[in-house]
Amino acid sequence: MKYLLLICGESYEAPEGSDDDSVEKTIAWAEDLDKRGIRLVGNRLADAATTLRARDGEVLVSDGPFTETKEQILGFDLLECADLDEAIEAASKHPWLPHGSIEIRPVWPV
Amino acid sequence: MAGLSTDAAVAAFREEGGRVVAALIRLTGDWDLAEEAVQEAFARALERWPRDGVPAKPAAWLTTTARNHALTRLRRSSLESAKLREVATLGAPEEDVDPSGVPDDRLRLMFTCCHPALPLDGRVALTLRTLAGLTTAEIARAFLVSESAMAQRLVRTRRKIRDAGIPYRVPPAHLLPERLSGVLGVLYLLFNEGYAATAGDSPSRHDLCVEAIRLSRTLAALMPGEPEVEGLLALMLLQHSRRAARMDADGELVTLEDQDRSSWNRPEIDEGVALLDVALRRGVAGPYQLQAAIAACHATAPTAAETDWPQIAALYGELARRVPSPVVELNRAVAVAMAEGPSAGLALVDLAAESGKLAGYHLLPATRADLLRRLGRRGEAAAAYREALALAGTEADRRFLSRRLAEISDAD
Repeated sequence: MKYLLLICGESYEAPEGSDDDSVEKTIAWAEDLDKRGIRLVGNRLADAATTLRARDGEVLVSDGPFTETKEQILGFDLLECADLDEAIEAASKHPWLPHGSIEIRPVWPV
Repeated sequence: MAGLSTDAAVAAFREEGGRVVAALIRLTGDWDLAEEAVQEAFARALERWPRDGVPAKPAAWLTTTARNHALTRLRRSSLESAKLREVATLGAPEEDVDPSGVPDDRLRLMFTCCHPALPLDGRVALTLRTLAGLTTAEIARAFLVSESAMAQRLVRTRRKIRDAGIPYRVPPAHLLPERLSGVLGVLYLLFNEGYAATAGDSPSRHDLCVEAIRLSRTLAALMPGEPEVEGLLALMLLQHSRRAARMDADGELVTLEDQDRSSWNRPEIDEGVALLDVALRRGVAGPYQLQAAIAACHATAPTAAETDWPQIAALYGELARRVPSPVVELNRAVAVAMAEGPSAGLALVDLAAESGKLAGYHLLPATRADLLRRLGRRGEAAAAYREALALAGTEADRRFLSRRLAEISDAD
């Protein structure tokens, strides 16, 4: 099954006081999953969101992420796993996890 | 003879049903199909065992029959052939190497079922349905929701299992703690269903209580130092200690107030109280410890009149703060009524009723009726007793309420 990991948090910056080697650690995490053959694609997202809405037949373009909360999607990874437990195991090792949260969504099967 | 083999089928189902369902889930990966196939196997056992005799290995017979049924169903719906081959070639499923260290098969299956990616209510309900064999109606009553709402919840939970790809796999030992709350919920409701059966002629199903206590003991040994495990076991022991006094010779329910306290089981009370002391000393209170503390107040009162009602009311207040629930509020109302008088209690009952979440719960009008009776408001009390009668699920409850209704009607 394919699972999309949505890496969420308030900011790209690691909180003060923590080691700011999260980029290196994340690269190592991704390489590990690549070696296991369960990561299909993934990347950090640029902090430049544009949101579309359609109201009364008109498409409205606005700046910023659609979420009302402070948390936003900072990155994503698409995994191919046997089941949810494998996806949880892989995601639980993401170095960003202590600073935010990771939502695991199964991709609609085709 | 027929009766004996029917008993054997019921016993085999009760003993092995959960294991057979689990085997079928592992085999087919389909919870609905697994459950249906096992029900079908049970129906065949009821039909054939009286005729052909009880098979030498009842559980294996049930598994094979269920597997064949599942196979037929899969063929009919022409699912992918790989799954079909898998089901067709596997005999009795081999026991995998157990990574959990849980020493009891049934408890291990409960941990397997209580996956943390499922909503807590759904996980508990599905485990009760799949492994403990409780009916959807019984589980609905335990959660105070309608049968159709509970059926929906079970459907949604099974759908999440399928859509999210949640495996039915025994968890490794280090992942047991995150599943503990679900397993405790299952054991608690299993005991409750046994202690106060919500439907049928018998007011209790003693076998469920004994099994829930046995599994809780196993759990306490497996995870020593978990205060809520100790609290739950203490709660069960304290409740169970009263079983001989809860019914009179005619099978009628006896209220706590009127019970013969000398027939309470002392060793169980002593063990429950000691366990609770150990748990509370760990300094992390929780809902099961609080309920055990309430049960201990009752169990250690020499007479009904000497019950420490203010303490019980305070404990219910603390319980309501941690797990807000209209049922807890109703119980607090009863305790307040005993501590401060029936009118103070009645005000709280009406407050709990306002939430609307207790609609259809017979103990709401029954409690109101009792308080109104004690206030001498007999007409209103009689109306409330009639309302409770219409909602009560067991014969014993109905007889008790009828008796009370007759008493206040006779008093005129």
